[in-house]
Amino acid sequence: MSVDLAKKEMPIGQPEPSGVEQHRNRTNDRYLLWIALFSIIFFIFALQQLDFDYGRLISGTRELPLMAVKMFPPNFSEWEDVLRSVAETFQMTWAATLLSVVVAFVLSFFCAANTAPSRWMFWFLRGFAALMRAIPVLVWAIIFVAALGLGPLPGVLALAIHSLGMMIKVFSDSIEEVDQRVLEAMRAAGAGWLQMIVRGVLPLVYTSFMSWALLRFDIDLRYATVLGMVGAGGIGWQLIRSMHMYELHDALFIVMVMFAMLYTVEMMSNFIKKRMINANGL
Amino acid sequence: MSEIVKADGIAQPILTVSALKKTYKDGTVALRGVDFTVKAGEIVGIIGSSGAGKSTLMRCINRLIEPSDGYVYFDGIDVTKSNKHQLRYVRRQMGMIFQSFNLIARSTVLGNVLNGRLGYMDSVRGALGIFSKQDIEDAMSILERVGLVNQAHKRADELSGGQQQRVGIARALAQKPKLILADEPIASLDPVTSENIMDYIYRICKEDGITCLINLHQVEFAKRYADRIIGIRAGRRVFEGRAQDLAQDVVQEIYA
Repeated sequence: MSVDLAKKEMPIGQPEPSGVEQHRNRTNDRYLLWIALFSIIFFIFALQQLDFDYGRLISGTRELPLMAVKMFPPNFSEWEDVLRSVAETFQMTWAATLLSVVVAFVLSFFCAANTAPSRWMFWFLRGFAALMRAIPVLVWAIIFVAALGLGPLPGVLALAIHSLGMMIKVFSDSIEEVDQRVLEAMRAAGAGWLQMIVRGVLPLVYTSFMSWALLRFDIDLRYATVLGMVGAGGIGWQLIRSMHMYELHDALFIVMVMFAMLYTVEMMSNFIKKRMINANGL
Repeated sequence: MSEIVKADGIAQPILTVSALKKTYKDGTVALRGVDFTVKAGEIVGIIGSSGAGKSTLMRCINRLIEPSDGYVYFDGIDVTKSNKHQLRYVRRQMGMIFQSFNLIARSTVLGNVLNGRLGYMDSVRGALGIFSKQDIEDAMSILERVGLVNQAHKRADELSGGQQQRVGIARALAQKPKLILADEPIASLDPVTSENIMDYIYRICKEDGITCLINLHQVEFAKRYADRIIGIRAGRRVFEGRAQDLAQDVVQEIYA
């Protein structure tokens, strides 16, 4: 059934700190110096190529407060529509996060180096996940809007696919952190693959899975607020519409709601995380 | 415990290791042809400096590491040629005890002991932890034996090192093993705890007639507890005999 990639054999015994390692540290320092130097040179080069009109920076700074004054006061009259799109944003986020977490939970055990049943599956899933997250959410959204039309469905798909790419990676990385020796003990007792996963790996990774899922919910909510700008549902659609119609008082209200929404969720997730950490005595 | 045959006068070889070789992928030669036999009920200490190949030898016996060449016969089965199914049958009869205990830190003590039963269960029942009443009763009585019955529902990582190793022993016993492979069971424990752990292993093996192979790097412990000692150096057996035959110059040769 399983080929046991986990049986990666390593000579037993701890390597002793050696002259080789000290040499390696010194080489690392030199690398860092070169990287720092290159970054500075590239920064200067980039600024020169971009050729900014710095005068605009000053005039723009004057313009900005005027804009804010123009937006003031916020217009609350559309509150029903706005709240409905807030609800839609949450629904999209919840659906996308849950979908990606559930799928990634299953797939991650097939692409962690210490539990993957075959090397083929390991590389395939890791590659798939890398592709999913390498393409930005907004690009996914544009693709799905083009394919499925406007609305929250392409938004959910875009979010879910991008999340999936990240969740597969972070879940399987967490699995790989499980002490190889613990799994060895289970194999020595004659435990099979599924038994090893559920009885051995799961108790050691579920808290980190949960905090990753929580973090991803946070990220997905942020993305969901802007997805509307490409027509993929949520509160972003309200904002882009009022901006296009130059209804700045509406726009200010929407921005305020967005801020309140994200801030509340961040507070809540901090609170939950703290509770989780306390519960685990870490 | 009843199904375990007491070791009496008639001692059959339960384990035969023959011309066992292991070369790792990176070219490290760990075993260069090791032969020995172990009789049922015997406690055999394997001594040698770190890097001599003791751990590799032990893991080749239950094939946590694939030997490159040679044979391991266990209770009439050629372990080196066993397929997946047979290997599981072999492994569940070999309890293993580790230097770093290798418990599931966030599971309970009882849960860790019950993991020793997984080799006997179908994969779904085992995964879901649906253990029979008998298994749970047995696990509790094993915990009683190693003096941890009051800690059964604590998390494994709340225990001290010595207690964790006793959980390790209990997990091995839950397998109802014919053979115990103890890989440096006391290397990360203090001297007093070490003695306590060795007493447990010795007493249990003798009482239940379990054959035992113990890797040790402390010669004194091997002399005190082992019926027979095998000395390994650079992947070769350089000594085999009783404790009293292990003269000081031989020890020096093993550790040279």
